Amino acid sequence: MSPRNKIGDVLLAVDGVSISFGGVRALDKVSFDVRAHEILAIIGPNGAGKSSMLNCINGFYHPQEGSITFKGQRRRQMQTHEAALQGIARTFQNIALFKGMSTLDNIMTGRNLKMKRNFLWQALYFGPALREELEHRAVVENVIDFLEIESIRKTPVGRLPYGLQKRVELGRALAAEPDLLLLDEPMAGMNYEEKEDMVRFILDVNDEFGTTIVLIEHDMSVVMDISDRVVVLDYGRKIAEGTPDQVRVNQDVIDAYLGVGH
Amino acid sequence: MSGQAPEAGTLDTIPKILVENARVRGEKPANREKDFGIWQTWSWAQVATEVRALACGFVTLGLKPGDKLGIIGDNRPHLYWAMVAAQSIGAVPVPAYQDSVADEMLYIFEHAEVRFAVVENQEQVDKLLEIKDRALHLQTIIYEEPRGLQHYDRPFLHRYRDVQEKGRAFDAANPGYFDDAVARGSGSDIATMLYTSGTTGRPKGVMLSFDNIVITARNSIAQDGLTENDEMLAYLPMAWVGDNLYSVGQAYAAGFCVSCPESTETVLEDLREIGPTYFFAPPRIFESILTTVTIRMEDAAAIKRKAFHTFMEHARRVGTRILDGKPVGLIDRLLYAVGQVLVYGPLKNVLGFSRIRLAYTAGEAIGPDIFAFYRSLGMNVKQLYGSTEASVYITTQPDGDVRPDTVGRPADGVEVKITDEGEVMFRSPGVFVAYYKNDDATRATKTADGWVHTGDAGYFTDGQLKIIDRAKDVGKLNDGTLFAPKYLENKLKFFPYIKEAVTFGHGRDYAAAIINIDLEAVGDWAERRNIAYTGYTDLARQRPVYELVRDCVAKVNADLARDSHLAGSQIKRFLVLHKELDADDGELTRTRKVRRSFVADKYGQIIKALYSGTDHCPVKALVTFEDGRTATIDADLPIWEAPGGAAAAAPARAAE
Repeated sequence: MSPRNKIGDVLLAVDGVSISFGGVRALDKVSFDVRAHEILAIIGPNGAGKSSMLNCINGFYHPQEGSITFKGQRRRQMQTHEAALQGIARTFQNIALFKGMSTLDNIMTGRNLKMKRNFLWQALYFGPALREELEHRAVVENVIDFLEIESIRKTPVGRLPYGLQKRVELGRALAAEPDLLLLDEPMAGMNYEEKEDMVRFILDVNDEFGTTIVLIEHDMSVVMDISDRVVVLDYGRKIAEGTPDQVRVNQDVIDAYLGVGH
Repeated sequence: MSGQAPEAGTLDTIPKILVENARVRGEKPANREKDFGIWQTWSWAQVATEVRALACGFVTLGLKPGDKLGIIGDNRPHLYWAMVAAQSIGAVPVPAYQDSVADEMLYIFEHAEVRFAVVENQEQVDKLLEIKDRALHLQTIIYEEPRGLQHYDRPFLHRYRDVQEKGRAFDAANPGYFDDAVARGSGSDIATMLYTSGTTGRPKGVMLSFDNIVITARNSIAQDGLTENDEMLAYLPMAWVGDNLYSVGQAYAAGFCVSCPESTETVLEDLREIGPTYFFAPPRIFESILTTVTIRMEDAAAIKRKAFHTFMEHARRVGTRILDGKPVGLIDRLLYAVGQVLVYGPLKNVLGFSRIRLAYTAGEAIGPDIFAFYRSLGMNVKQLYGSTEASVYITTQPDGDVRPDTVGRPADGVEVKITDEGEVMFRSPGVFVAYYKNDDATRATKTADGWVHTGDAGYFTDGQLKIIDRAKDVGKLNDGTLFAPKYLENKLKFFPYIKEAVTFGHGRDYAAAIINIDLEAVGDWAERRNIAYTGYTDLARQRPVYELVRDCVAKVNADLARDSHLAGSQIKRFLVLHKELDADDGELTRTRKVRRSFVADKYGQIIKALYSGTDHCPVKALVTFEDGRTATIDADLPIWEAPGGAAAAAPARAAE
């Protein structure tokens, strides 16, 4: 098969980011770049600071030191919705969907920040709000079609199996039409077939929409297969960075995963 | 030819009918497909435009008259158009089953010498790329859904839309080309080639002409009163003859709208949204819908459950009679009307069956209970007996005289006869032209004067055809009575207590059966009666179990007694086998079909006992355990006589 989208310039630059919770230094001067259209994996043992890193990127945590530059804009304090407005969307390690709402409605919430009409117009329903709703619905339907979840469009997500819930969550993130997609363990707890599906969707998203993807994943075969580059964290520090092949043979990485004899 | 009204009789091909439909009912819907959550509709005029563009696009890519064009994918309007576009320029569509693995596909593509393929999506493209090196004739692949394919940089891969674009340019430069090509078509041209799955050997390519499809479609339209206002949902494989006849033949000839579901998983929901008036489903689909209803009703509130059961009981008593227009008392009619408002109407609505005027089922025997359920709701579900070689229709059940155990009367234009050997043969306008590149098979199936062997054994009762078994399995008792082992075995296996049955009778004085009980069902039955047992062998020889089985056999006999052809083949003696027939012991095939001759050999001693006067039979049987060890079991099996059904006693209700 021929090459995917060409990897572009730096989209996101993480520079010397540190954050501590009490005495725990969750991230210690971590720096790395994410280039446009690439798939970057962050790996590391439990408690290495992977989720904290994602939380910093989308503005949920505020780094105590260092800076994050996204699309050329440098920032230190930023709220999550501002990150979302700038084009960052994410999924969560523990699924965070509205269980009682349908798949369709859940994905529709991904469009929330793009809705321009105010509450009163929406309450009126007819007129501009309806037109806008139809446009948003079209985007959502595109996502539903993309993820092949037509058959569960109207099913409350609480009733769906785990693997499908993960897919709906991905759908909600995609509905925001992000430039940068953060995936926190998208394949955790899935069986082999579900994983295969998810891998295909992640590659297709990257391929078809050119979305840049940063993902945390424990399944090494997946990480090695789909990532362009890998960043390895251990105890809050970056211990390696490079292509999957480079990282695979890195002695620090092997030590971090297998432990070192003393 | 566009512009002036064609003379009757000149509309002898599907493309000609399309052009005519675009003229006379151009604004009426022809196809719908749910895409992005919305039903998209194409009118006949739009379909004609799409087909024209695609056909011209095929020409620019080099498709020639007589070439074969493979079609693979779920039911999609675009794929149906590809079929008609190929026909327009004299090429022959070869639809293949979309779930075939690459190797099966390869056989069909090589045998049919397929040069072009129109496929649905990346999945099918991948499959074809896998066989491309070995499929020597395959030159061009056209795909409809581009997802995931943008980086497949191959010169022979084309996007459907791009082909149409080229076609439009060609059409503008050669305005008369398409019309001339369509006008050149004639009824005797091959319209489609369908590969039958065939239980033995390689699939055979059945060639059907336009005359086969169009005339059969017109006959069935007249017989069933189909009009341009009917609606149907196309969800069964495009490679199946029925879909060719319903979704193309009848839809074009009658001018009705065919809808395609959003995906295979949403069929039931789409069914509800479309509310078809004309519907086809194999028995297993009717069965699974009924199962869903039953399960949901078990979960429903007590009052709903009560209403459901009360009114369904009423429907069971009178619903079918009302549907058949038979006399029913006023009170019963009123009660049924109340049920219609409270239960039947809402239920049919939920299932998407509110507007059904006519539904067919075929393919295998449908369970009488399932059949009765839908008919008692007022749905006109009928059985049909057909085959690929007949362009579907051989017999259909007539309105008002539907019997669960027959497949009805010959369809309009079809002649049916029974040979001296009891085999069903037919002759009709739908009889296939030939098997592609297989003259031996054609000669073995189709006689010089157009009669076709079905391989099924059957006979007529009151003008209705009853199919009993495959002809090669049917034998005769010594007194000349017909003996249809599978028919008897199926009747026995219809009881939940009987898991397997093997019947003997060919060349004997009477029919006898070896029976396997269903350990789960009989075990449960025994436990509720405090009958202790240690395992299958022990349970099988208990007296109450023999009584239970005897009742089942007696009911089968009573049924047979009412049938003049088979009354003589009632089961006289039976025995419950000491072990379950098992594929590991070679007694069953891996698909759980009884290997009759193997069983006859292995249990020769038992069969001898069944045909002697003795009332028991000692056996030493070798069994293979799951870990591979073998052991010998000693058992003394009782043989019982089963009561005959000549008394024509009222059939007892099924055991509780």
